[in-house]
Amino acid sequence: MSTPERPPETPEGRTTPPPVDPEQGEPTTWTARYMVYQRAGGVITPILTTLLALIIAGIVVRFTTGASPIDTGRAIVDGSGLPWLIPDSLIDIRSVANTYEFWDTEELARNNAQVNLQQTLTIMTTLILTGLAVAFAFRCGLFNIGGQGQFFVGAIAAVYIGAEVTGLARGIHVPLALFCALLAGAVWAGIAGFLRATVGAHEVISTIMLNWIAYWVGSYLFSLGGPLQSDVNNQVPISNDVQESAKLHIWWQDPDKILGLHIGFFIAIAALIAFWIILNRTTLGYEVRAVGFNPEAARYGGISVSRNYFLAMAISGAFAGLAGAIDILGWQFRYGQIDIQQSDIGFVGIAVALLGRNTSIGIFFSALLFGALLTGSNTRNLALPIEPELAGNMTLIIQGLVVLFVAADVLVLYLWRAGRRIRMPRRRAQPPQPAET
Amino acid sequence: MSEPLPQPHLRESMVPRRAWYARTPIDRQIAMLGVISAALGVWLMLPPVGDNLRNQIDFTEIVPAFFGVLAMAAGIWAIGRGEVKWGGGAVVAGAVGIVLGIVAAQGSMTDHEAVFVWSSLFAATLRWATPLTFAAIGGLFSERSGVVNIALEGMMLAGAFFGIWGADRFGHWGWGLVTAMVAGAAFAFVHAVFSIHLRADQIVSGTAINFLALGITGYLYIDLYGAEGTPPDVSQIPNVHLSFIEDIYFIGPIFGNMNLMIWLAFLTVLLCWVVVFKTPVGLRLRAVGEHPRAADTVGISVYLVRYCCVTVSGILAALGGAYLSIGFVGSFGENMTAGRGFIALAALIFGMWKPFGAFGAALLFGFSSALARSLPEYSEQAALLFETLPYVLTLIAVAGVIGRSIPPAAIGRPYEKQ
Repeated sequence: MSTPERPPETPEGRTTPPPVDPEQGEPTTWTARYMVYQRAGGVITPILTTLLALIIAGIVVRFTTGASPIDTGRAIVDGSGLPWLIPDSLIDIRSVANTYEFWDTEELARNNAQVNLQQTLTIMTTLILTGLAVAFAFRCGLFNIGGQGQFFVGAIAAVYIGAEVTGLARGIHVPLALFCALLAGAVWAGIAGFLRATVGAHEVISTIMLNWIAYWVGSYLFSLGGPLQSDVNNQVPISNDVQESAKLHIWWQDPDKILGLHIGFFIAIAALIAFWIILNRTTLGYEVRAVGFNPEAARYGGISVSRNYFLAMAISGAFAGLAGAIDILGWQFRYGQIDIQQSDIGFVGIAVALLGRNTSIGIFFSALLFGALLTGSNTRNLALPIEPELAGNMTLIIQGLVVLFVAADVLVLYLWRAGRRIRMPRRRAQPPQPAET
Repeated sequence: MSEPLPQPHLRESMVPRRAWYARTPIDRQIAMLGVISAALGVWLMLPPVGDNLRNQIDFTEIVPAFFGVLAMAAGIWAIGRGEVKWGGGAVVAGAVGIVLGIVAAQGSMTDHEAVFVWSSLFAATLRWATPLTFAAIGGLFSERSGVVNIALEGMMLAGAFFGIWGADRFGHWGWGLVTAMVAGAAFAFVHAVFSIHLRADQIVSGTAINFLALGITGYLYIDLYGAEGTPPDVSQIPNVHLSFIEDIYFIGPIFGNMNLMIWLAFLTVLLCWVVVFKTPVGLRLRAVGEHPRAADTVGISVYLVRYCCVTVSGILAALGGAYLSIGFVGSFGENMTAGRGFIALAALIFGMWKPFGAFGAALLFGFSSALARSLPEYSEQAALLFETLPYVLTLIAVAGVIGRSIPPAAIGRPYEKQ
């Protein structure tokens, strides 16, 4: 069977020099190109990308609805609860709230902002993990578009362990459920990694297929009369509730004591740190990055490319599976057909990873951005000057624009080179003068 | 197919070939007959033939068993002669056929009739397959020219929305199709600019188009139609009445009153085959997809060919989407394509990037969708599991268990002029 990507291996072993690909100039792989892009723009380009997307979104809002983009943006920021972080805030919560006459007192306005902030951080938790799932594979030169499917299997595993296994102490039950979900995600993505490593089947195709298989299998499991459908409420296609012993601890209660922010947030932060350590401080990470930069050179250097493809996908899937588990054990507590049908958090992860440039710190901030956007444009946010459904779709458009602009790395590279060409002669024209003093 | 071809630009599809029966080894043909025999065994157990058989033979289970054993025998014979793949396929098909056939023979006939009203099932198959066919053929143009198109989903969605919007705005479905095509072309053009000129990663760019199409159609839908939804009296693509075949048994109910777009889909497949494999334009197109440098050397404009192909793919995918909204359903809902673009992509891959292969795969996936819609008569859950069939089959196809599906050589790589 021929695999177009791989050169024929000689019987003596890997002694052939890496072939030069005539189709592509340097840099060779997309990962390598994105790294150049990152060096080219640093932190400036992601910010510019975001701003550009937001400005376009504002123009669209202006021309289609006539509402003020500034007011809309302000309502989204307000609805995300971020102003809560600034006590005597620049954006006075009370004044914004009073404009729309929802909250009578400062107290209520602040409480509402706190709930919204917790919501933002909850979504951010999931986004960090689904973003990491895309980013880790990306660093190995693979595009894991299957974060959604891995999220599903993680959620299903977590809801199964959380709801069906009884009589465990909290200290055992929670880690067990998390671990099973992590494993499920890893296996699900591992299938794609295995196919890529062994027969060279493109991971984009196989992960898309695995996404939909997970979608329908999940729908089947929770369907009426399905294996995981609730015993109590058998008219609704939904699972049993997660046991008390499997719920994540809530460390920041909301004022009404209904929900709050669970410790999954810290798990996500730990995952960010783990991501950085694995990639930058371990042999595995070194190999993964080497394969990502140039698989031929890595193979020439004695690194098993197929092994790393498989491991990178499995680790990616583990992140996404963990995201599913944290969603279930942290705030959903049950899973059903409707949740599966409406979920797109795995796809948002793609935008998060790309905007965050596949680095820990970048993913932290882009997850915060998208979490705030998703919460602020939620249908619950009644302060929006445009219809909330419109704002929700606007968030999708912003996502699309961000991904599109990130995709056009050549544009940025071109501008960077052009900028250097302009700067260089100037430097030559002014040789360093000796200090006059 | 099984041995690696010497050079990427000399693929099998580009050199003249002998007729099918002449280049296929006789062992493989026998194994294929075995597979057909196994299918026949199962089919005989289902209505309309099953009833008659059941009345005439006491021990009906013997029929699928006979054909199944025949299939396994053919398969084993073929394996013995070195035709492992198809032979193995025939053995498996025979075994599956025996099991399915016996189950079918023992099941009650009324149940079967509820599900297997063959003519209506085939009619439904064609309805489900049509959007897939359009999008898959669109994807074929794009991918054969070397541009990955996972944005088929988004372009379909754009076609679905702008189709119904045009039909509503201008009062005629014809205008609906035109606006759908323009919208599909516009989205495809953005994909083309980013993946060809700006040399963006084609998968990232396609993902972006999918997001954008989802956001833009959802946004405009809420903005223009809001909670009421699209108007119920919107002009719809008509059916074609063929009175002269309407009364023919079996064929009449399927082809006698079919939607115009289904006929157009047949035509598109045929045209695509002629254009891509029988004309100089098609040769250039494939050359650009297999070896752009060589094509450039002989004076073919790689960029122009790719731009045209991607735009055509957008137009076709949008037609598929428009069929969904103003031909099939008659209304629009947010994200109404619900992954059909990805099934179309799967059909394209399963059909090995060939027009009739893609069409066959679209029919197969359409059949599985149609069957999944009528299976709830038996059980809801079986229907849901059945929905995974296209994806599992495609996964198997890319994994190379039965005849690996190999993409065009230069797919996914941006071309840089020198």
